[in-house]
Amino acid sequence: MKLLNYTSAYFSFILMIIIPIWAGLFYYAMLDEVYDSMDDGLDNQRLLIISKIVKDSTVLNKENFEEGNYSISPTSETKARKHKDIYLDTLMYMQNEKDYEPVRMLQTVIKKDDRYYQMRVITSMVEEDDLITELTNALLWLYFGLVLTIIILNNSLLRNIWKPFYLLINQLKAFKLNNAQPLVLARTNIDEFNLMQDTIQRFLNTNVAAYNKQKQFIENASHELQTPLAIALNKLELLAENNHLNPSQADLLHSALNNLERLKRLNQSLLLISKIENDQFDKTVEVDINALTTTLIEDFNEQAGFYNLKLNLINRGSCTWMMNPDLADILISNLIKNAIKHTAKGNSIDIIISEGQFAIENSGEKPLDKQVIFQRFYKGSSSSESTGLGLAIARAVSSVSQLTLDYIYDGKHVFKINKKE
Amino acid sequence: MKILVIEDEQAILDNIVYALESEHYLVETADTYYSAIQKIQTYVYDCILLDISLQYEQTGLDILKELKQLNKAEGVIIVSARNSLDDKLIGLNLGADDYLPKPFHIAELLARVKSVIRRRKFTGNSYIHAGNLQIDTEQRQILVDGQPFTTNRKEFEVLLYLVTNKNRLVNKSALAEYVWGDHIDGADNFDFIYSQIKNLRKKLKEARAAIDIQSIYGVGYKLFAE
Repeated sequence: MKLLNYTSAYFSFILMIIIPIWAGLFYYAMLDEVYDSMDDGLDNQRLLIISKIVKDSTVLNKENFEEGNYSISPTSETKARKHKDIYLDTLMYMQNEKDYEPVRMLQTVIKKDDRYYQMRVITSMVEEDDLITELTNALLWLYFGLVLTIIILNNSLLRNIWKPFYLLINQLKAFKLNNAQPLVLARTNIDEFNLMQDTIQRFLNTNVAAYNKQKQFIENASHELQTPLAIALNKLELLAENNHLNPSQADLLHSALNNLERLKRLNQSLLLISKIENDQFDKTVEVDINALTTTLIEDFNEQAGFYNLKLNLINRGSCTWMMNPDLADILISNLIKNAIKHTAKGNSIDIIISEGQFAIENSGEKPLDKQVIFQRFYKGSSSSESTGLGLAIARAVSSVSQLTLDYIYDGKHVFKINKKE
Repeated sequence: MKILVIEDEQAILDNIVYALESEHYLVETADTYYSAIQKIQTYVYDCILLDISLQYEQTGLDILKELKQLNKAEGVIIVSARNSLDDKLIGLNLGADDYLPKPFHIAELLARVKSVIRRRKFTGNSYIHAGNLQIDTEQRQILVDGQPFTTNRKEFEVLLYLVTNKNRLVNKSALAEYVWGDHIDGADNFDFIYSQIKNLRKKLKEARAAIDIQSIYGVGYKLFAE
């Protein structure tokens, strides 16, 4: 969930709890005030009626409310003595509503000419159920209004505030150690963002430096190994020219030579990867993949034939890629070599070239682990003689050539190369 | 035949000199820019092996420039540990005849030296002989006792390489690298190379070629001309 929506959801949830609580408190506070002012009004009415009675004693005969808002009825002295002024809620039949409606009533006792009268003054009152309905309605509107406001505010305000954050995240998403571009930082007034940007920048710089140092190290180490390797290999070759070796000496020599050769191949492959990753093959031309593959298949046919494998080229369309021609050769031949190495005798290897796509398929029992096959020095079930760098090199080539190299398994192993989107 | 080897790594220099001398070349050496320049200016060589990564202020490329200025006709083979395309292109543009990346096989070195000398010395004459075999390196044709001997491309390369290194042990890897280049992965493919050699032997025998390819210690092959 996006932070924006998260806060919005959070707010709307909290409001859903807080608004009813506030509404309850508000309702009672308001009602209290309403009663208070009504009771004051009733008290005032009483004084007015009393002063009216002084002028006109016929008023004392008004025993029913009728059109007025008071009634006066005689009462006994004993009752009157005990009586105290009370305000109470009661129901009264209303003509207009044709129903009993709540009214506020003041019951009091007055004394006129030694006679006691009970006086009741009423005023119509708010209908609580109506009030509650109205209030709930208003509150619902308020709630939706608030949530809407929060969403709009969040979207416009927060989106703006968080802009530097998203800018940074988008750059980090596209960030590659082997092709490190400096981050474009948007300075803001928000300390946290600036701090985050600076920290990430520093973190990336250290990483890039470490990565480069490591890359440099591999390259330097490989270079430095070339000379002693050359010397040792040549010395052993010269020794092998000696005609007086007995078989066991020759065996030792043979083994030493083979292992040195392996070391040499490893070293050269590592150097090649370094060079590819350092973009030292930067000259690009339109490479005709159909033509290149045709030539390579001719080159590999004898080898494939020796292992009883059949190399089939299926041209479904033309494919040209803008890339370094040497790298194209390395890429395609590494994939063919890989297929030859890992296909059981008597099977065939299909190379399918369609519009903009190269695919090589060979039979296999079960899928390979996508996560590791392109890693350096990963070896499947193959012999210990392989360097385990062939697919890593192919991946490196495709990555610097704006191509994607993918592996899928659908009953057979398929390596596919497409142009990067 | 006089060859100058310019190389500052003593052990490599020793190897190269040893290998060239065993092929009866007259070898002189230089291990600095100045001694190299001095020798180039004083003597005439048939071939110069030049390490372009000399560890001094001037690199091998400077020597190459100097050679070009002197308008010398020597065949120059650049040797480089850097194995970079740039080195190769610059070197070849400056008039070098060939480029040999380190580490190299002795057989490869000798094949290149012989090829350069052949191209320089016997312009127009591109034949190599071994027994009753005659290889035309220009036309890429082989004659056995004057009769055409047909081979495919790879067989021709194998035979040419072995004949060039006649009477020498050619390492299997060296042969594989020369003939199949990057398209072969060393020891994994030794059986394949063995089968190729076996076929070639059979073909040669049928054509009554007076040469013999022997497997030596399992390390490699040696071609003898009878």
